[in-house]
Amino acid sequence: MTAHPASKATPSGPRLSRRGFLAGTGAAAGLFTFGFSFPLATPVAAQGAAPEVNAWVVIQPDETVIIRIARIEMGQGSLTGLAQLVAEELDCDWDKVRFELVNPAENARRGNVWNTQSTGGSRAIRGSQDYVRRGGAAARAVLLEAAAKGWGVPTGECTVAKGVITHTPTKRTTTYGAVAGTAGAITPPADVRLKDPAAWTIAGQPVKRLDTKDKLDGSLVYGIDYRMPGMLVAVPKACPVHGGTLKSFDAAAVAGMPGVKHVLKVDDETVAVVADTFWRAKTALDALPITWDEGPNAKVSSETIAAMVREGLTAETPFVGNAIGDAKGTLAGARRVIEADYGFPYQNHAPMEVLAATVRWTPERCEVWGPTQVPEAALAAVSAAAGLPASACDIQVMRIGGSFGRRLQTDYLTMATRIARQVPGTPVKMMWTREEDMLQGRFHPITQCRLRASLDAKGEVEALHMRISGQSIAIYAIPGLMTAKGDPLVFQGLTPGGEMALGYTIPNLLIDHAMRNPHIRPGAWRGVNLNQNAIYLECFIDELAETAGQDPLAFRRTLMRNHPKHLAVLEAAAKGIGWETPPAKGRARGIAQVMGFGSYVAAAAEVSVADGQLKIHRIVAATDPGHVVNPQQVDAQVSGSFVYGLSAMLYGECTVKDGRIEQENFDTYNVMRLDEMPAVEVITLPSGGFWGGVGEPTIAVAAPAVLNAVFAATGKRVRQLPLKNVDLNVS
Amino acid sequence: MTKLTINGASVEVQVEDDTPLLWVIREHVGLTGTKYGCGIAQCGACTIHLDGVATRSCALPVSAVGPDQAIVTIEGLGVPKPHPVQEAWAELDVAQCGFCQVGMIMAASALLAQNPNPSDDDIRAEITNICRCGTYGRVLAGVKHAAERMRG
Ligand code: FES
Ligand code: FES
Repeated sequence: MTAHPASKATPSGPRLSRRGFLAGTGAAAGLFTFGFSFPLATPVAAQGAAPEVNAWVVIQPDETVIIRIARIEMGQGSLTGLAQLVAEELDCDWDKVRFELVNPAENARRGNVWNTQSTGGSRAIRGSQDYVRRGGAAARAVLLEAAAKGWGVPTGECTVAKGVITHTPTKRTTTYGAVAGTAGAITPPADVRLKDPAAWTIAGQPVKRLDTKDKLDGSLVYGIDYRMPGMLVAVPKACPVHGGTLKSFDAAAVAGMPGVKHVLKVDDETVAVVADTFWRAKTALDALPITWDEGPNAKVSSETIAAMVREGLTAETPFVGNAIGDAKGTLAGARRVIEADYGFPYQNHAPMEVLAATVRWTPERCEVWGPTQVPEAALAAVSAAAGLPASACDIQVMRIGGSFGRRLQTDYLTMATRIARQVPGTPVKMMWTREEDMLQGRFHPITQCRLRASLDAKGEVEALHMRISGQSIAIYAIPGLMTAKGDPLVFQGLTPGGEMALGYTIPNLLIDHAMRNPHIRPGAWRGVNLNQNAIYLECFIDELAETAGQDPLAFRRTLMRNHPKHLAVLEAAAKGIGWETPPAKGRARGIAQVMGFGSYVAAAAEVSVADGQLKIHRIVAATDPGHVVNPQQVDAQVSGSFVYGLSAMLYGECTVKDGRIEQENFDTYNVMRLDEMPAVEVITLPSGGFWGGVGEPTIAVAAPAVLNAVFAATGKRVRQLPLKNVDLNVS
Repeated sequence: MTKLTINGASVEVQVEDDTPLLWVIREHVGLTGTKYGCGIAQCGACTIHLDGVATRSCALPVSAVGPDQAIVTIEGLGVPKPHPVQEAWAELDVAQCGFCQVGMIMAASALLAQNPNPSDDDIRAEITNICRCGTYGRVLAGVKHAAERMRG
């Protein structure tokens, strides 16, 4: 064996260190040179235990600056952005920056000194920017004071640049690394002044990600890769009909199969085979005779679900998200009512990394190595499943191979803990098959929408009633959010104000919701309810523009005159695609806009349809997130949003037959590949004064911009997704 | 005992004949850089080089691989110095979550070995791996950048 396989052949991976951090050796931006071969990630702490300057910052004698990251990194790039914000206020040398992940047990032990670690709702940057910058500034203050004390001079006479401290009158210099050892003992000032973003030199720059190197050489240990000496692998299977139960299984039938150690009941609906490898566990699980009690939902189908949701389109409901004037009365007296029904199906998150976690349970202690988007909730779930107090549990969080909201729920960690608890002392990695991941998803909920509107004599919208019917995420997954009347999340992008505010002024407006909850388990799927709400409204606005005989952009300008920030991004996207000049022959364009997760976003798409085949040639996307911390990562998030949003638009559909989801893998749940990827141009116009999120909002404008372009190309309104079910041939 | 040649070294493993090569590499040889994404040759996360050809190892039984066939995984690609594709990927910050990128890099490096000057259409046709983060634009740029580097 060469050194490379040999070095990895022994079970390896990060261990829970005493301090409970996982360090990364991410080489700093610009210094990613290749004169050396890629080393394994080694805990920085092992290189010499430097005392921390404060909770956010550790500086080693060799000037390495370790920045602690509490929010979860799953591809969105916030790890780098957060480090930039700390480094900016710290005035350290960015090339010396490394990162370390915070574990929730450590956070709890220290009184939540890192604030919440929960990572969703495009909140990682916007929700932590203030206190992480203060953390960097406080570290800077005590480092300067430590240097000043050492020289016996007033702190006010000292300055710092790139981690080098200068006593201005005498030109003496020292470094952060030299004074860090004593700085941690100094009490930081009660208040620190943050820099004006206009003066930023590290934040706001397109620096490279800190966490790239181990992704390119295969050395990054994801949840599915984790290994420990003596570890077993468990592969679970739950009743494919959600809510059904496990009646019986015949363990003896597979007991003699290679590698099989245990066949376990995990909970009322789940069985698992535990073997020495994943493949052997999966092989035995496939052969295991299992009887399910599928329960009352065994006859449910997509058709019965559609009928249930359709009924909600006309039902009485008290749950109103936005109301102005008298929409119903105006519509009742209108000469002409324009009406359309739309629908958006179930979606699976389908991150590339399937669910997995490794757990070692003993009667005294439960240790977990696994990914989660909600470290605090994960610790609570593990504690409950382990039958141990949270103080006896520990979770080593990990960078995740994509998540998109799936790991906001902790079901898989509960499951992994319940399995390990039945094999005390033995580390067990629970790992799902892709098929299980598809069947036991927490699905983007199903909805339908009926839109009814009338225009006045000038062709302006005088009334709009938007009735949404369908499933609530909150009632299943976040019950604390429910109000007496319903799930407020269903109105994302449609509310009168707040971080997902409607960008149109309509004199008579009613937006209401009828909750209809099929048995398929829902979850927050990247973009959440903004996705279908933007499709419904932005496509319907296009229909109204057509009825009014107006250009879709001109029509929107009138409706958006009181919403300058919404309009600014729409204008930018339209300008970028060249809206005012006609497209080339055979091409057609569409636009859409929405506000979501605190940011204003818009997209313009240029497409052609030939022989029923859609080709998306070009997208221009515009975003106003208030502030931009890393333009390169914003670009990546925005372009990636089109892959996620357009995958759903083109192919995404989880259907139900005999109570169970029918799509079990990427052969039937297709997603966009490189050959379909359009050119995406990203425009950012940060207008300052607020902090918006970037990971999610743009997904919501991807589909409506393209669908509006499809109409312009074909004259066909696509109101039920995905597009794969629609014949685009112009007859 | 099954004999294989992985990253230039010969290894022996005790596995059932129908075990997919992916799981032999990951679980018996212990090289976890090669990823599992679908298990049915759809996503490309498990791509390795088999005698220089990009191959989805999840759907290839180990018994179909001869003892002298050269298997190269990500751990053996950039050795002793990083492959130009890895360098291009670093320069363009291609990876997001990174999970699919090992497969992307293996597919891209095999493509460039056969076609040192691929057109956009060649790359779009040949790189069929799934990336849910949506890095496709930078993957395309990365392959072209690596091609330039390799041409010197
Ligand atoms: S895991 Fe082999 S192609 Fe998906
Ligand atoms: S980088 Fe995350 S799946 Fe491709």
